Amino acid sequence: MSEGAGAGKRLDHRLPERFVPTIDHDLCRACQRCVKDCSYQALEFRGSRVVPAGGCVACGRCIAVCPANCIEVRPVPPQFAPHGNWSERARRAILAQASSGGVLLSSCGADDDRPAIFDDLLLDAAQVTNPSIDPLREPVETVTYLGRRPGRLDVQDGRVVVREGDTPLIRSDMPLMFGHISLGSISYNAQKAMFMAAKELNIVAGSGEGGLHPDLYEYADRICSEVASGRFGIKPEYLKEVAAVEIKIGQGAKPGHGGHLPGEKVTAMISETRMIPLGTDALSPYPHHDVYSIEDLAQLISVLKEATEYRTPVGVKIAAVHNVGAIASGVVRAGADFLTVDGFKGGTGAAPRVIRDHAGLPIEVAISAVDQRLVREGLRNRVTVCAGGGVRSSADMIKALALGADVVMVSTAALIAMGCRVCQQCHRGLCSWGIATQRDDLIARLDPYIASARVVHLFHAWNEELKEVLGAMGIDSVESLVGNRDRLRYRGPNPKIAEVMGVKHIGEGWG
Amino acid sequence: MRDACKPKGHSHECDCGRECMAIADGRAVIDLDLSSERPMHYTTLNCAVRKAMRQGCGSIEIRGVIGQRYLAATASVPGLHIAVHGTPGNDLGAFLNGPTIEVFGNAQDMTGNTMNAGRIIVHGNAWDVTGLAARGGQILVKGDTGYRVGIHMKEFGDVRPTLVIGGTAKDHLGEYMAGGTALVLGMGGEGVPVGRNLGAGMHGGRIFVRGEVPPDRLGPGAALAPVLPSDTREIMALLDDFERAFSIKSPRSMDGYVKVVPSSSRPFSGYYDKTSV
Repeated sequence: MSEGAGAGKRLDHRLPERFVPTIDHDLCRACQRCVKDCSYQALEFRGSRVVPAGGCVACGRCIAVCPANCIEVRPVPPQFAPHGNWSERARRAILAQASSGGVLLSSCGADDDRPAIFDDLLLDAAQVTNPSIDPLREPVETVTYLGRRPGRLDVQDGRVVVREGDTPLIRSDMPLMFGHISLGSISYNAQKAMFMAAKELNIVAGSGEGGLHPDLYEYADRICSEVASGRFGIKPEYLKEVAAVEIKIGQGAKPGHGGHLPGEKVTAMISETRMIPLGTDALSPYPHHDVYSIEDLAQLISVLKEATEYRTPVGVKIAAVHNVGAIASGVVRAGADFLTVDGFKGGTGAAPRVIRDHAGLPIEVAISAVDQRLVREGLRNRVTVCAGGGVRSSADMIKALALGADVVMVSTAALIAMGCRVCQQCHRGLCSWGIATQRDDLIARLDPYIASARVVHLFHAWNEELKEVLGAMGIDSVESLVGNRDRLRYRGPNPKIAEVMGVKHIGEGWG
Repeated sequence: MRDACKPKGHSHECDCGRECMAIADGRAVIDLDLSSERPMHYTTLNCAVRKAMRQGCGSIEIRGVIGQRYLAATASVPGLHIAVHGTPGNDLGAFLNGPTIEVFGNAQDMTGNTMNAGRIIVHGNAWDVTGLAARGGQILVKGDTGYRVGIHMKEFGDVRPTLVIGGTAKDHLGEYMAGGTALVLGMGGEGVPVGRNLGAGMHGGRIFVRGEVPPDRLGPGAALAPVLPSDTREIMALLDDFERAFSIKSPRSMDGYVKVVPSSSRPFSGYYDKTSV
């Protein structure tokens, strides 16, 4: 067996460390808990002292488990001669690639420090002419429904008749859903925690494309299963027993790219759930080979609807790309019951850095482009638009709703709630928090009950904050916020962005 | 054409199949030529087929099929035999989970898309993307197949999809293959029975080709390997299936079979650099 498509022999070149765990030896009890817990082996016990061993990724596990509170992880100060253009990162990347000849792999979302457009948007509030509402004492509705709207209702003998041809709507108690993270990219315990949280919150959780473990069908009525190009784990119950089915065309972190679960993560359980040989790379083709056009997409949507006998809404997820409005229009016309748009800063378990950091469209712009396009074409009232990719707070969620999303997709924030520190090492499968790993000893560190409860807390808090803002705006139902770009103002550096998004500049009033 | 019948899961009384379906002794016959709806919409036909399945039919014969798509998608009745006369449309037997579908004619694209279990027997040609991502079951094609056939087939344990092509296959056969077996017999044709980019990116499974495969037909990640006695047994068993299905003789000499396997189960292990920068 050859080594595959590498460029040849490694030519290693020592690079300076990026982080160093620093131990206060006056406080350290030499219990070595940190050494045992560091899955990156960045600490070792030498003589009678715990000392750094190199390779620290700042996952923060040692800090959390240290009973003496004596560890600090410090970023190593710049080790390269300063240069305004040749950043340390650029030079590190060159040195790494000159050693390996490889495509730089990364995980989590694009980590450049350019501010999110969300941060350039300010919310409106009610004053005098439209009174604000106290959400603690008056009802403010956050229930949202996912699926295709009939466009009109038929009334027979004074009763509303649901027209045939419409798949059912899925109720979500919050305008939030968990994004698709596959079993494989995250552990069984992490996925179970997400599903448990979804069940408790009565919202929808994405399955990701890795199939569904038999024990997780318990949560099927809250799961949106994913049909991606790898077609892993797709059996009749994966389509029929779930709340919704989503065809994944693209992912915000890696638009146009396929999936690649490295063989290290393909354990016995993953190989059984995905139906691939143990230890092989789980590859998802770049395109769906049965979808080369909108017409083909319509066929895949139709076959899934036939397969589920029209009981399950079928949606389509696309990555936010420059022509997203037109693509969204095609997807809706192809028969999608809901449309998911995943933005540039969306997360991933493994993606080439060049794509993660350089391809796609920020979700803020994508949402308003899709919303404006669908409104213009008279399609917007027919479908649910879900959007996500880098939503960090309730403020981001609220702004995404106001820009035109019905449901906001959140993944990384849920993982952070479980323990993730966004150290961007998911692709190595060594996650010390038991989240992005398939190593049994690491998975056992994540208690799905506690993790789920923490996620429930977070989403509950965000939903309460949403109600606070709705009340302050004088809005009593989240549906009245969706696409209400008039309640946003732009204060950023580039008014062209505001114009494209259909958002007024700060200082511009109603009239 | 009237409004398509989309049953929405409730036990509704619809007209689908009323004019053209006859059920007796557990056998259903659906004759599209007896229907006033021409061409019959696929939703009507699929609804009628589902009715027959719900009534416990062990055999469903469909006559006069002209391009209706998605026939028998997710059909899961074990032992059910569905005979299709005419030309079914795309995605025949998608997500199939047990029954046997026999096509007396040609099949179009995406036959057996992501099928799980069961058999699809095509007494003619089956066109592009046949057997896409099959997870189990068997597809037998008497004639030729098109492009990108047997892509990303999978296997786990004893569950192993098999695909036998009596004639030839075009480019990209077995691309991304993660498991299963494809056998190309090249009957009735001359020259190389497979196209370019054979087994590109395959990381599991095996492709047997009767005839010569010049190295330039192999895609990246695919390699030629010797045919072992266990392979011969598997080929013989597949030939038995093929002969039984089509009542014809297949070439039994084991000379001249070529085996294509992945050159690595980790085709991209050296491709990526995991350094944090």
